[in-house]
Amino acid sequence: MPNIQRLKNISGTAAIVGVAESDSLGKVPDRSPLALHAEAALNALDDAGLQLSDVDGMFTAGWSTLDVAEYLGIEPRFTDSTSVGGSSFVMHVAHAVAAIAAGYCEVALITHGQSGRSDRAPIPRNPGAPMTQYEYPYGIIGPPVSYAMACRRYMHEYGEDRTRQALAEIAVSTRKWANLNPRAYFHDRPLSFDEYHDSRWVAWPFHLVDCCLVTDAGAAIVVTTAERARDCRKGAVTVLGAGEGHDHSMISQMPDLTRAFGRNTGPQALEMAGVSHADLDLAMIYDSFTYTVLVTLENLGFCAAGEGPDFVADQVTAPGGSFPLNTSGGGLSYTHPGMYGIFTVVEAVRQLRGETGDRQIDNCDLALAHGTGGLLSSTGTLVLGSS
Amino acid sequence: MPEENNRPAPIPQPESDYYWEQAKAGKLVFQKCGACGSVQFFPRVLCTSCNSTDLEWIESAGKGSLFTFSIVHQPPHPGFRNAVPYITAIVELDEGVKMPSQLIGIDPEPEQIEIGMRLELAFEELNDSISLPVFRPVG
Repeated sequence: MPNIQRLKNISGTAAIVGVAESDSLGKVPDRSPLALHAEAALNALDDAGLQLSDVDGMFTAGWSTLDVAEYLGIEPRFTDSTSVGGSSFVMHVAHAVAAIAAGYCEVALITHGQSGRSDRAPIPRNPGAPMTQYEYPYGIIGPPVSYAMACRRYMHEYGEDRTRQALAEIAVSTRKWANLNPRAYFHDRPLSFDEYHDSRWVAWPFHLVDCCLVTDAGAAIVVTTAERARDCRKGAVTVLGAGEGHDHSMISQMPDLTRAFGRNTGPQALEMAGVSHADLDLAMIYDSFTYTVLVTLENLGFCAAGEGPDFVADQVTAPGGSFPLNTSGGGLSYTHPGMYGIFTVVEAVRQLRGETGDRQIDNCDLALAHGTGGLLSSTGTLVLGSS
Repeated sequence: MPEENNRPAPIPQPESDYYWEQAKAGKLVFQKCGACGSVQFFPRVLCTSCNSTDLEWIESAGKGSLFTFSIVHQPPHPGFRNAVPYITAIVELDEGVKMPSQLIGIDPEPEQIEIGMRLELAFEELNDSISLPVFRPVG
């Protein structure tokens, strides 16, 4: 089990000093996935006032760090290709903190790049893997079908109508945030409750607007020592707490379809940071689907199991509400190239720095960023603080 | 038809050859641990409850209940373009294991499908070497 006392020793010893997206988001057919990694890397290093030659730790998912470091022309002394879905990049931040504390590296670069929409050569799955053997032949393929089955079970346990209303609340409130973010895919497109309920079915109980976007996008994060962070270009964001793990790969192997691994990583990250839910000013929670948000709020302990629909009622998660959630517009309405987790951290850092313009929340000093990967399989949680 | 337009077929591995051979013969089998008595799906070389490698094959009586489902409208793979809407399911066998499957013999309408409904085993021939265990309502 994680040793909280030892984790507390490295809490606050490293900071995020640079975050960025690729130059373009959305439909970007003129950039390969690796080009999106590189573009975002240069932008994030510029944000930090650092250069590629400063980087000695390399982290990525989807691709191997071999490919990304070679493309960038760097020779890292610490390398981590942990690839457990969209939560990976959130975990990379914690890995970077640990590697820096241990002395393996000093400037960690975490990159992401995916052409979910325009990829000319998507990576195929190993056809002998359990998932492709036992689920694919039934058409249980990809996230919408799997998450839909988990959501249907949640409806059975906690009530279909109130669950449906919660999904609508989340879709609509998230869109309102996107309408405030010029870089959001749906910046100019509002979403009403009627439009939510009229949206076509993808995998019942999911409407199209219960599902995240499929875009092209890249992002990158730079992490370094708290000491070196003081010399960087912008205000450092300190990494105070973290937790990670997973409990299955295939959806049919998930121990409890209404309890994802955030039940462990949320409490761990908060305890390591020495803070409680009430202290948080912002929650960035991976919204691959509306259901992912609903169940994650419960799993992380913001409310009890089955109380998520009451927690998100009446648009409290929308701009001006009492619980700011996914202020970028999220995977549902801002961008989602396939493994969106890194973007939860990018937005949290920007909010903590106070640089998000129309969507800036007041007095944002403490934020939680949470990634979910695979088929509700893996989670990574971070607690981040302004310096 | 190009290969990618076919429904994906399993490529059996050494620990699952017997599972797929039996499915081809119209039987659904799963593993039971000789040390602790736990049952498990999918086949592995160890018991995930007690880590014993003393595993035996049990044939299911082919009865179970619906644990959850989805009705798939947008094909997630070219091989399912002509299959939508179809019903994916997680089925809880009476012997205690849960497995992924599809429901047949029932309209793909939410009102027609109840979690907990009783199901029985059937088979769908996918190709010359693979038959898939599927489930239909009892009766």
